Amino acid sequence: MIEGIGFAALMLTFGLALYGAGAAAYGARTDRPELIESARRAMLFSWPTISISALAIIALLLGSRYDIAYVAKVTNNAMPPYLRVTALWGGQAGSLVFWSWLLAAFASAVSMRKWDRDRDLLPWVTVVCMVTLAFFLALVVFVENPFSRLWITPEGAQLTAFFQPEGARAVIPSDGQGLNPLLRHPGMIVHPPLLYLGFVSFVIPYAFAMAALIVGRSDDGWIRVTRRWTLVAWLFLSLGLIVGGRWAYDVLGWGGYWGWDPVEIAAFMPWLTGTAFLHSVIIQEKKGMMKHWNMLLIILTYLLVLFGTFLTRSGVLSSVHAFAQSAIGPMFFAFIGLTFVISIWFLLKRWGDLRGVNQIDSILSRESLFMVNNFLFIMILAVCFLGVIFPLVSELFTGQTVTVGPEWYERITAPLFAGLLLLMGVAPLSVFGISSWRALRRQLWLPVAISLAVPAVLLITGMRSSAALLGYWLASLVGVVTLYEFWRGASARRRRHGEILPVALVRLAGRNRRRYGGYVIHLGVVLMAFGIIGIEIFQIETQGTLARGERLLLGRYEMVYEGLTRFNTSDGREISRAELSVFKDGRSVGQLFPRSDYYIVSNQPMTIPGVRSTLEEDFYVLLVGWEPIGRDGATFKVYLNPLVNFVWLGGVVFILGTLVAAWPEREQVPVRRRAAHAQAMPAGD
Amino acid sequence: MRRFSGLLIAMLLSALAFGTVQAQGEQPTDDEVNAVAKGLYCPVCPNTPLDVCETTACKQWRESIREKLAQGWSQGQIEQFFVSQYGDRVLATPPATGLNWLVYLLPPVGFVAGALILAGALRSWRKPSGSDPQSTAAPADPAYLERVEEELRRRGSS
Repeated sequence: MIEGIGFAALMLTFGLALYGAGAAAYGARTDRPELIESARRAMLFSWPTISISALAIIALLLGSRYDIAYVAKVTNNAMPPYLRVTALWGGQAGSLVFWSWLLAAFASAVSMRKWDRDRDLLPWVTVVCMVTLAFFLALVVFVENPFSRLWITPEGAQLTAFFQPEGARAVIPSDGQGLNPLLRHPGMIVHPPLLYLGFVSFVIPYAFAMAALIVGRSDDGWIRVTRRWTLVAWLFLSLGLIVGGRWAYDVLGWGGYWGWDPVEIAAFMPWLTGTAFLHSVIIQEKKGMMKHWNMLLIILTYLLVLFGTFLTRSGVLSSVHAFAQSAIGPMFFAFIGLTFVISIWFLLKRWGDLRGVNQIDSILSRESLFMVNNFLFIMILAVCFLGVIFPLVSELFTGQTVTVGPEWYERITAPLFAGLLLLMGVAPLSVFGISSWRALRRQLWLPVAISLAVPAVLLITGMRSSAALLGYWLASLVGVVTLYEFWRGASARRRRHGEILPVALVRLAGRNRRRYGGYVIHLGVVLMAFGIIGIEIFQIETQGTLARGERLLLGRYEMVYEGLTRFNTSDGREISRAELSVFKDGRSVGQLFPRSDYYIVSNQPMTIPGVRSTLEEDFYVLLVGWEPIGRDGATFKVYLNPLVNFVWLGGVVFILGTLVAAWPEREQVPVRRRAAHAQAMPAGD
Repeated sequence: MRRFSGLLIAMLLSALAFGTVQAQGEQPTDDEVNAVAKGLYCPVCPNTPLDVCETTACKQWRESIREKLAQGWSQGQIEQFFVSQYGDRVLATPPATGLNWLVYLLPPVGFVAGALILAGALRSWRKPSGSDPQSTAAPADPAYLERVEEELRRRGSS
């Protein structure tokens, strides 16, 4: 019954998406407003209908309906209700429905906005949103139906189908396989929705960009309308990446947060183009330049969103040949190819209309430096793309798979990231238009001198890594310049309005949220850079097998193995937990309990570290082996991660900055309109 | 003769015992094993370096590394051994041969090409007046501050 309602709602949404796309396109071509309005309503109602479908899946998950293949795959009797709900995005079919649900929600929100100024864009925005929605729903309806049931044929073969195959009888398992243990961590519960939110939100700016191309508008309207959408998309993508890093640090048991894994890079690539886009639209708004480039960037971002979903959903990462094993891979591939061709065709068609001013007053102007910033982001993207696809290319052409590991990425991207830091330090001091080297030098010398104090102190205190010294200097330069900018703006306000410094700072940021929100984001990057350099260059590790009472040394830390306890939990885990006493410089600093959780049903271990965390460093201990009978010996892998908490602290500042930048500003009322309004108002009003 | 044989056996046994003690003393540490394992990936656990992978297969690989280190193999020899058994995919980075050259050549070539395109765009977009920014009068600091104040004044009044 529930599955029937869910599937019917799914089909209805699919129909609405197809109708919405067709009606909007036909209405726009034949200039029939009633059809366009009908398409807008179809877009509006796609969200309630797919919500019914998503709720039906949740009801099946909560109701332990193991006769439904998806439920049997991602839940089991031991899972608590909240994990059963999160299993909605824990498997292939559910996550595709979740993706569609988010897209329908955004599309509905778009359909409810006032369309006074951009009425001509509406039908084509509807077309793009509804075509994307129809594509994802097609994957769900025709390939990965979450409502399919388990059946067994008279020959004994087990299969899944929504309708009963002839002669087959239903199978109702008493228990399910359960969600992948790695996905049961709080970080992983919120990580996929955040990434999906980021991915899906980028569909909206792309839809507006395409609408502008289709109707032939060369103004900044599409950028103005989607400015906040883009920032919100970027916020969620950033948040998803940061939370994903924290999850990896807490759960994957390798002492790090970023492993240059293709799945991570799949989410990082649209973030790179999105970041480049956020910078380059400022040039278009200020100078009318880069119109082609901004179109290209938003098209690229959308394609990378699709490509990222394709990489993680098609199985292509395990082997290039796995991608054809399910219809999802070829369907995605075709959709990405088609989207690319159509988008580029429209861009080329409007190439002449988009010719902007494209004039630069000086090489050191803010717009020039933003162009260099975009170049570096695109270079990092190209490296990531090459690293992800090269193993597939190699397998395809030579039959030989290769590994492109972190060492390769780090060696190539490190100078590019350093270049970005340098730009973040210099660009805020340059101005739009004419910015000479002499003027820039006059602005720059003091921040450079102050920031050089940081590597100087580090050098005196014994740091000898030139890469670390350079990195810390660049990060310090960004920090000093950014704080200097805040101080300069706040001082101007203090002189003008007589405000105290905190009030001046808050009002300064409030008056120009995008600029000062951006500076707060830069401060977040500075903190993250301190943390990343700390852990990447100065992480130390050791491993040893200890008998009870024995010690292991690492840096200024010492740990003593006190014993091991093993017990079972009601949710199907067999836990082995070590007890350690930890000392720093000979003084006791507490106990740690690293453990290994073995999930009995899924036959999967999970290593949970014991961490002593301070702002200075993390003492991070993993239990990697033990004697199951004697319980006297246990093997530990221990990391000392300097400054790693700056990564998380920087992440929080980064997100706060994005919130400041994305927060709605009061609509600026033009002076003329305000004057007219004042005249029209009765006296004393 | 019997006494000599007895002495010889005793010497051999003690030498054997000493040898065993020595071999145990030279048993590679976990850190030495991990230093080699860090650069290897087993075929069944893509994207997880061998030193942190907890699967049974990877544990066996690490024991194999330990044995080879104890036998005096170098890191390069051990890596070559695994490559001969399982192919190039076990290495953390592709060896610079054949098609793999692409991953080493494309980034610098792409960087240079991109930089040239960027430089070309910047040059062609410079104002045709040919005014040299070096000689352009730089906006003075107070003027900049005045602009900031002006902007704030304008925004403050809106």
